Amino acid sequence: MTEKKAAPAAPTRASAKKELPEHFKDYKHVWVFIELERDEVHSVSWELLGEGRKLADTLKVDLCAVVMGPPGEGLEKAVRESWGYGADVTYVVADPILADYRTQSYTEGLETLINTHKPEIILLGATTLGRDLAGSLATTLKTGLTADCTGLEIDDGSLAATRPTFGGTLLCTIYTLNFRPQMATVRPRVMAMPDFTEGRSGKRIDFPLNIKENDIITKVLEFIPDTTSDKVNLAYADIVVAGGMGLGSAANFQHVMDLARVLGADYGGSRPTVQKGWIPAERQIGQTGKTIRPKLYIAAGISGAIQHRVGVEGADMILAINSDPNAPIFEFAHYGIVGDATQILPALTKAFEQRLSKMRKAG
Amino acid sequence: MHIVVCIKQVPDSAQIRVHPVTNTIMRQGVPTIINPYDLFALEEALRVRDRFGGKVTVLTMGPPMAEDSLRKALGYGVDAAVLLTDRAFAGSDTLATSFALATAIEKLHQEDPVHIVFTGKQTIDGDTAQVGPGIAQRLKLQQLTYVSAIRDVDSAGKSITVERRAEGGTQVLKTTLPCLITMLEGTNTLRRGSMDDVFRAVRSEVRTWSARDAGVEDITKCGLRGSPTVVKKVFAPQPRMEKAQQIDALGKSPAEIADETINMLFTASNQLGDDILKLTEAI
Ligand SMILES: Cc1cc2nc3c(=O)[nH]c(=O)nc-3n(C[C@H](O)[C@H](O)[C@H](O)COP(=O)(O)OP(=O)(O)OC[C@H]3O[C@@H](n4cnc5c(N)ncnc54)[C@H](O)[C@@H]3O)c2cc1C
Ligand SMILES: Nc1ncnc2c1ncn2[C@@H]1O[C@H](COP(=O)(O)O)[C@@H](O)[C@H]1O
Repeated sequence: MTEKKAAPAAPTRASAKKELPEHFKDYKHVWVFIELERDEVHSVSWELLGEGRKLADTLKVDLCAVVMGPPGEGLEKAVRESWGYGADVTYVVADPILADYRTQSYTEGLETLINTHKPEIILLGATTLGRDLAGSLATTLKTGLTADCTGLEIDDGSLAATRPTFGGTLLCTIYTLNFRPQMATVRPRVMAMPDFTEGRSGKRIDFPLNIKENDIITKVLEFIPDTTSDKVNLAYADIVVAGGMGLGSAANFQHVMDLARVLGADYGGSRPTVQKGWIPAERQIGQTGKTIRPKLYIAAGISGAIQHRVGVEGADMILAINSDPNAPIFEFAHYGIVGDATQILPALTKAFEQRLSKMRKAG
Repeated sequence: MHIVVCIKQVPDSAQIRVHPVTNTIMRQGVPTIINPYDLFALEEALRVRDRFGGKVTVLTMGPPMAEDSLRKALGYGVDAAVLLTDRAFAGSDTLATSFALATAIEKLHQEDPVHIVFTGKQTIDGDTAQVGPGIAQRLKLQQLTYVSAIRDVDSAGKSITVERRAEGGTQVLKTTLPCLITMLEGTNTLRRGSMDDVFRAVRSEVRTWSARDAGVEDITKCGLRGSPTVVKKVFAPQPRMEKAQQIDALGKSPAEIADETINMLFTASNQLGDDILKLTEAI
């Protein structure tokens, strides 16, 4: 019955909700939760600082970062970088308990910080960590949360969060009018990476975590890092080659991998190729897979359904190869080849190989 | 052990069409299915029951016709089913949905203590992945999201050890029951219901609860009124005006087409060549 997410609310209802209760009026500033795990910051956090900057400038308020984690150089580096990526103020919650992500410690820590410093907007990455935390936090704060946004704007002082709905066939814009903070998550790579300003500095506010290990019910017995072969960095690849059902068989996926290898690219595919078992699930591109933002995206034998499209639209250049001149992919690709992908791909691989080896020789 | 699985009946979005003129969803004739992600939760719940004993109750909040999805679940061998249906729930966002479901689970808990609540990772229509965490927080259950495997449940029903998909690896977590698990997709394969179960599903009772039956005291926490988010606008994505620039393939060999394509890409981006050289340097 969450139908409401798709059906427009009656306008009277929306306007009736307009007046922000008095006790929420001192909620101010835009916050971005910086996702720090094992000393690494997830790039989505920097992407969100870039987006948060625009919101903060429109509202004429501060952009603040929240860095939580165990004390140490990893945390200090994250704090410095948060300023470099645009934060004016950085809240720091440093405690050894935060070494491993756990819902309880992070929710309680962030909740106390929010209730003390009262932000009007808080943005988190739509990662496994971010979604776990955002979902839990929004419930404890009893406020609105819009998941997986593809656009954030300020409309008449409120956050207007746009997200796909109905399997990506439509978009909807959602507001949290009379509750604070307004919360939203955004998937990695949906927003562009902001510029980094070396040496830019900001204000630092340390905040304690008043939780003891004994209070935390869930224990981490072990962390098993992904082996390098499992590590698919598709979302951050500069060039991506992908295949769809038009390839006809798992064996033909080799053509995609060959071209990817020659270009130093990563490879992926449409959802049905994953469902068929041609490629592993981490390589699915699209609304229910990875969002990519490469400089060049080559899609072979992919029809270009809306759920695929939303995951690739951030690419600088899209080249589509499809035997059907009316395939929807030609509506958003920049370049198109009407032809048989199983012939064009090997030809491209060979031609690139020759061209690149010439360039290498020429130095 | 008592296990509750939350499932949602959703329109089969693969078959949803948007009206080309009015830009509204054409719902007529769109078949409904159990949210595909919930099937992994359902199967895992049945496995835990089969391994450690107990019973599985499925719970859904939805219109009266959502009963269909509960009957389907009964056909896979679920022990009991509850349909939460009331006009007061209409227009619920995730906060209001988790409130209603949590209230119903609390009531089930009073009848027969609940040890584990399962939800899917997300729905294909709401698509937020928030309802699971919402239920966990409201009921003060330990929250285990993106679980890929259940390693062990201790025999006294006091603790559980699971594997959880985290960023960059797998966390092995041990926590106390009761807990809420959102199950990762692709982690199991739904069984086929036995003939007995399929027949039983038709005859079994599906308990239908209104908001009051479920124990909701404050109706303003439900439906539109209980939802902090407001949908102001629904619209179709902007079609791009310019279409793809086609490489003229007529009467040309794949090699000729490939050459022409590379020329075009290199003309469009004079950095591309350098980028590729850099990317392939390591190899
Ligand atoms: C809730 C939901 C979520 C979804 N999420 C995703 C997602 O994240 N990612 C995703 O990709 N999809 C997703 N989908 C599925 C999506 O709707 C499409 O079904 C899917 O993208 C189609 O994949 P495809 O283009 O490979 O296959 P098809 O649609 O079958 O297209 C194959 C294409 O190949 C062309 N072709 C055939 N032979 C050749 C040849 N020899 N050479 C060149 N071209 C050829 C055909 O003309 C056709 O255009 C989702 C669907 C739903 C309902
Ligand atoms: N109306 C509902 N009835 C029962 N379970 C639901 C309902 N809505 C969501 N859920 C559960 O919560 C999970 C996450 O849903 P969502 O937050 O909408 O992505 C789903 O996979 C279901 O298990």
